[in-house]
Amino acid sequence: MYRFFVAIALFVTSFSAFAGHNPENEGKKETFNAGEVILHHVMDNHEIHIGTLSIPLPIILYSSERGLDLFSSSRLSHGDVYNGYIMEHEKIYFVGDNGEVARDEHGHITASKPFDFSITKTVVGLFLTIGLMLFFFIKTANGYKNRVGKAPKGIQAVFEPLIIFVRDDIAKPSIGKNYEKFLPYLLTIFFFIWIGNMLGLIPFIGGFNVTGNISVALVLALLTFIITIKNGNKDYWKHIYNTPGVPWWLKFPIPLMFFIELIGFISKPVVLTLRLFANITAGHIIILSFVSLIFIFNNLYGAGAGIGVSILSIAFSIFMFAIELLVAVLQAYVFTLLSALYFGSAVEEHDHAH
Amino acid sequence: MDLLTPSLGLLFWMSLAFIIVLVLLKKFAWSGILKALKDREEFIERSLKSAEDAKAQMSDLKADNEKLLAETRLEREQILKEAKDMKEKIMSDAKLSATEEGNRLISAARAEIDKEKLKALSDIKKQVGELSLEIAEKVVRKELSDKDAQQALVDIHLSQAQAN
Repeated sequence: MYRFFVAIALFVTSFSAFAGHNPENEGKKETFNAGEVILHHVMDNHEIHIGTLSIPLPIILYSSERGLDLFSSSRLSHGDVYNGYIMEHEKIYFVGDNGEVARDEHGHITASKPFDFSITKTVVGLFLTIGLMLFFFIKTANGYKNRVGKAPKGIQAVFEPLIIFVRDDIAKPSIGKNYEKFLPYLLTIFFFIWIGNMLGLIPFIGGFNVTGNISVALVLALLTFIITIKNGNKDYWKHIYNTPGVPWWLKFPIPLMFFIELIGFISKPVVLTLRLFANITAGHIIILSFVSLIFIFNNLYGAGAGIGVSILSIAFSIFMFAIELLVAVLQAYVFTLLSALYFGSAVEEHDHAH
Repeated sequence: MDLLTPSLGLLFWMSLAFIIVLVLLKKFAWSGILKALKDREEFIERSLKSAEDAKAQMSDLKADNEKLLAETRLEREQILKEAKDMKEKIMSDAKLSATEEGNRLISAARAEIDKEKLKALSDIKKQVGELSLEIAEKVVRKELSDKDAQQALVDIHLSQAQAN
């Protein structure tokens, strides 16, 4: 009965992280650590857990001393040493002469690390997202090519309203007349974030957290930042170094306005990164926390409490799932809209002083 | 904290993969889709405009037709009226001329009759005169062959003349 409910709990909420940890927890039930499990899920891994199945991924390492190395992550599982490398907490280190990772007297690792270009869980999720995008949109484009002048059909009809939404409700009002130049980028980030978010919500496929990864969000924000800078016209830069329309004493002798504008300028990509990363990761953490409650109660008060709590937990996590579905599209919208607004401010033409 | 630290490998793969997908989608998806959407919107706009134009033309045509129809109707009425007038005029003219002709014929006939009558009368008078003369001649001749009778006649005349 207990197993049945756990199975249901996993089916409904289904984050494989639990299943991956089950074998370790079987002997020592009381050691279920919700924090560790949740972090394990939201962070990057060198393998994918689907149920009790663990899929090894390729590890690619580069260092100036050792050159390029490529091998399966199964070689490094359970703290094994392979080829002079060892993995601890998903980080790969060089092994010292004694066959152990070098530590100082407090137990902190002092060993040096190679550059890790491994195809991790997040990279797989990234490739999946990109593969889905290429499949969806090239198919959609073919629909337009093959059915010129006809009403949209199939996948074309699914994406057309969204593409028009990005064009007419995000790009046009935010950027103005030069919107067409930025449209391919805006469409790509919108669908990348949305599909990436949705991928993170699909149960049982390994629990990807692509858009909730700070590196992924950072790259997206930096691209927006770079495109903004590249397209910034004279007015845009003038607004930063010599803001028109403010009293002279805000600029001289202390260039106060310049510093304020500079902070605004720099904070934009930071805010974009953190908003996307925090929203998606937080959503995953909340759902996982509700599910973890079942196991925590089960461990503390026995199976009965676990089953009792599971009803409430599952209800809450379903509710959170619904909210996360909304958040998935909302964050895509917000990121795209803000990018469009930044582009708009970069290309805006002022013919009045303000 | 690890969660907040961007990792080099992921930054690398994400930049590479995203830029590749951006370029691929731009080339093979977005340009075609956006162009098709734009074309279709322009087509719809054009179609709507031409429909509007056609509607305007139709209403123009209809107005023209109605005007034409009204004109035609007016013309027809006028023609009918003229024809009616003409008919009446012709009829009245014909009547008038017929009457006149009749009158003329009647009067001519009457004149002829009168003439003939007068002629006949004068002929009759002449013949009567001649006949009377002949009779008178014959009578006189016969009478004059008898002396007594002559005498008697003279006497009668004389007596009448005396009596007057």
